[in-house]
Amino acid sequence: MSNLFIPNPKEAESIHILREVAAQFERPVLLFSGGKDSITLVRLAQKAFYPARIPFPLLHIDTGHNFPETIEFRDQLVAELGLELIVRNVQDSINQGKVTEERGRYASRNTLQTTTLLDAIEEFKFDACIGGARRDEEKARAKERVFSVRDDFGQWDEKNQRPELFDMLNGRIHQGQNVRVFPISNWTELDVWEYIKTENIAIPSIYFAHKREVFFRDGMVWTANEHVYRESYEEVFEKMVRFRTVGDMTCTAAVLSEADTLDAVVAEIRDSTISERGARIDDKRSEAAMESRKKVGYF
Amino acid sequence: MENRKLIKIATAGSVDDGKSTLIGRLLYDTKSLTTDKLEAIEKTSRQRGFDYLDFSLATDGLIAEREQGITIDVAHIYFNTAKTNFVIADTPGHVEYTRNMVTGASTSQVAIILIDARKGVIEQTNRHFFISNLLRLGHVVVAVNKMDLVNYDEDVFLKIKADFEVLVEKSDFKTDQITFIPISALKGENIAKHSELMPWYVGNTLLDHLEVLEPSDLHESTVARFPIQYVTRPRTEAFHDFRGFSGKLYGGSLKVGDEVTVLPSFTESKIKTIHFFDQEYSEALPGASITITLENEVNISRGDMLVKSSELPKSEKQISATICQVNSKPLKVGDKYTLQHGINRVLAKVESIDSVIHTDFTGEVSASQLKLNDIGKVNFRLSKPIHFDTYHDNKSNGRFILIDEGSYDTVGVGFID
Ligand SMILES: Nc1nc2c(ncn2[C@@H]2O[C@H](COP(=O)(O)OP(=O)(O)O)[C@@H](O)[C@H]2O)c(=O)[nH]1
Ligand SMILES: [Mg+2]
Repeated sequence: MSNLFIPNPKEAESIHILREVAAQFERPVLLFSGGKDSITLVRLAQKAFYPARIPFPLLHIDTGHNFPETIEFRDQLVAELGLELIVRNVQDSINQGKVTEERGRYASRNTLQTTTLLDAIEEFKFDACIGGARRDEEKARAKERVFSVRDDFGQWDEKNQRPELFDMLNGRIHQGQNVRVFPISNWTELDVWEYIKTENIAIPSIYFAHKREVFFRDGMVWTANEHVYRESYEEVFEKMVRFRTVGDMTCTAAVLSEADTLDAVVAEIRDSTISERGARIDDKRSEAAMESRKKVGYF
Repeated sequence: MENRKLIKIATAGSVDDGKSTLIGRLLYDTKSLTTDKLEAIEKTSRQRGFDYLDFSLATDGLIAEREQGITIDVAHIYFNTAKTNFVIADTPGHVEYTRNMVTGASTSQVAIILIDARKGVIEQTNRHFFISNLLRLGHVVVAVNKMDLVNYDEDVFLKIKADFEVLVEKSDFKTDQITFIPISALKGENIAKHSELMPWYVGNTLLDHLEVLEPSDLHESTVARFPIQYVTRPRTEAFHDFRGFSGKLYGGSLKVGDEVTVLPSFTESKIKTIHFFDQEYSEALPGASITITLENEVNISRGDMLVKSSELPKSEKQISATICQVNSKPLKVGDKYTLQHGINRVLAKVESIDSVIHTDFTGEVSASQLKLNDIGKVNFRLSKPIHFDTYHDNKSNGRFILIDEGSYDTVGVGFID
């Protein structure tokens, strides 16, 4: 038998990072949203530790406004791989009076997630939270480290980040600090899609074209249902759509699309002239929406 | 994902030489700026009263950066052409110039050093080229920018080229590793299309040049080094006795049957299997994150290193290194640090400082400390031996970082001499 293993550099780098997390931290956790990036992280973690199990749990911060397809998918994945899943609900933070539900036209629970996340970090004493953010997503994220140190308040001090040299990762922290880890920092959206395709990774059905009740606002396609605020004059249509990112229903816009296979989706992404975050209503709030959220502890 | 060629680039140059503008321009010319991003740039450029598109807005992502029109922190930007994936590190040129350049260049194979055509070779140029030389980058592009402000004059370009060639002579670079291109980042001259305003320049455009570089020429191949990151013990029924050593392979390849030595115990064994996920392989190339099992029971823990028995590295407790100080707290004789060599950590004490090196290739002076941005020769005594090569012989196994014992910050990076 002679077979040569030729590594894929981005995959190898991500695995290296995941192993460093397992080795350098006591209580790591993988932040799992049910979206394609976190699903990709799970596959990378499987590869990093095979034949052993993934040595950390998944944490899902559930806004209560997730697409049901995502939740179903999540539960299936967890059962199949024998993973430990922790769920914490934004609704509980609202009930406890820690955050207040937003009202009106652009109401979303996306920002509220931060509080629930920080509480969960404290509850379980997580010292490393692995996330699927990529530097190509957004300008503030382009400045993000692979190991990004946060203080007790989860704050990101963007002007005072540790330099990261070569692939030597320094995860040493003080009591109360924690690290956000981004193993697919250097992947692009297209890289993720091509990887899902070559690896034949299962993803939730909402990534593929399907019929859905939607309405149009600000040049974007919004899901029409009870969780999303809609003016009486905003007319509902049934359209073929799919999602490029999967977050809270209130901040994730759909795109009109007929792409119902992975090949078609990858082809569409390759030719796309709109960025993935162009469909994120949360980023449209202002030029620096992402940076402001990151500073106070957002993913 | 598709195996396109991957080229990693760092930009360098002092403040306002046009680094951010150049990157924005590359994104624009390769159609990598999506309509929503382009609209945002158009809108902000208009608000500021510019009659051109300020492409630096594509990369200057932080609020403070946009307000002040400067780059504060290293940003990583991604774009691709049909044949190549590019990663560019935009490294800002002010206060923490050495730190940012070293950080950006550490993950890159190529540096683009920008020079303002009106200013020519300045102190920062020397420094950036010195760092490119210290890191032993594969290739350097000297981009003489803002040619539009000197009437696209060939003489200006030739004068700068001649000045720079003096530096090349003093460095370890061979002349074919350096390429000079006259450009205007703002106007897009010689970036993706040949400039009609500079007919005297017959070389490649910047983008064409970057595309013809081959990562294989930019990589080094030396001897195999396999630092063990993680011991994989499934303890499941199917893999009851499985004990694998997981890590990333550097420098050279490893094969099943290779005779290997485990450091620091110097135990000898043979490679039994090589795994990647649920597949077994007979050989793995450098860069692979794999799991290896050995023929016999060997006591191995994280931080140990596996090498071919015929290619042992040096094992010493006393090392000399060139250090770049990347923190405002100076490095002094007697200071103690955690030294992280790859993934392995030991304690290190500064025994003596030989010198601070002039970054214009004019020699060195003796010094009692290294301040932020200084590059100097330092001798350390370690709590335990490390198993290293010189950076010159084997980049991956010849470098380390210094971690401050109080703040836990990364305060220095070292290249073992
Ligand atoms: N005329 C001219 N101006 C340029 C050129 N490249 C950059 N600039 C301007 O120089 C200034 C600094 O550019 P910037 O990209 O922010 O420089 P950085 O500090 O190196 O990132 C900006 O006002 C740019 O518009 C060029 O080729 N020609
Ligand atoms: Mg800049």
